[in-house]
Amino acid sequence: MSKFGNSNNKKDVPPITSSSLSDIVFMLLFFFMVTTQMRDTENKVKVTLPQATEIVKLERKDLSSYINIGPPTRTYQAQYGTDARIQLNDSFKTVDDIRDFIAAERDAMSEGDRQFMTTVIKADQDVRMGIVTDVKQELRRCSALKIMYQARKAE
Amino acid sequence: MGKKKTPAINSSSTADIAFLLLCYFLMTTTMGSQTGLQRRLPPMPDKNQEVKDQKVNRRNIIIVKINSADRLLAGSEPMDVSQLKDKVKEFLTNPTNDPNLPEKKATEIEGYGTYEVSQGVISLQNDRGTSYRAYIEVQNELVKAVNELRDEFSRRAYGKSFNSLDEEKQDIVKKAIPQNISEAEPKDVSKK
Repeated sequence: MSKFGNSNNKKDVPPITSSSLSDIVFMLLFFFMVTTQMRDTENKVKVTLPQATEIVKLERKDLSSYINIGPPTRTYQAQYGTDARIQLNDSFKTVDDIRDFIAAERDAMSEGDRQFMTTVIKADQDVRMGIVTDVKQELRRCSALKIMYQARKAE
Repeated sequence: MGKKKTPAINSSSTADIAFLLLCYFLMTTTMGSQTGLQRRLPPMPDKNQEVKDQKVNRRNIIIVKINSADRLLAGSEPMDVSQLKDKVKEFLTNPTNDPNLPEKKATEIEGYGTYEVSQGVISLQNDRGTSYRAYIEVQNELVKAVNELRDEFSRRAYGKSFNSLDEEKQDIVKKAIPQNISEAEPKDVSKK
């Protein structure tokens, strides 16, 4: 019984090489690493974006800060009700907290990038403009003038 | 011949490790790019500075109002969102040189020459009860009107659509047809 030359032994099926499997999975991994970005916050408000056709892409994702406006998700409804709320980073905030939020976001950026800072207003399509207007006024007061109304492409 | 072969490293677990990493990235990242409508807010007026009426000629301004029932008023007539685009286009181009529509000012644009740039400003006003959906819809129509005008201009001037122009020419077109949408101070539209 030599190890080689046992071709007459029909029961020995050659094993499937799985060495390329890892390559395939790594390829998938890199694909996802390149095309996705880190989720920075947990969504506490439900946001269904309004539709628009003339949308443009956000150019510098790293230079943008997000203001989420919408009704709290089901888990938080018992505590915060169903009225539209503002979420900054990871918690519910009021309009007065936007000033500190913008200042903190500004501080985190390098000097040269600050002028390119974009504030993305991510609001649910059913919120009333009153709260959005308050946010806009506060942003004007903080002179964070570059804003973007986030919307999704209409089908 | 005592040299032993080094045993091959068992690589069957690398796939598992890679899968683990893959799952991690699938969970913690979000896909896709953010898209939306970009705007510039007007700076807050200085408190010490007295509020002086901006000298904008009446003919140069179109006021688009949305009330709390999401109804639209453009200029002085109520209309549907679908009509807004054509109204704004007519307002911005003023094809018949109507004295009630905005004046045009011949401006020297670098790299193109003189062009009669419309002085029209669109002022968008909304009520606190307006829904965000309607607001974005109207904003979208306004941008669409400007984009179509830019497209027409670039086809006339360069024979290409605005998007296929290079950056330099896009800037020229942007100067020729500016996007003047003013988001005015919040006003209570309902009481008027």
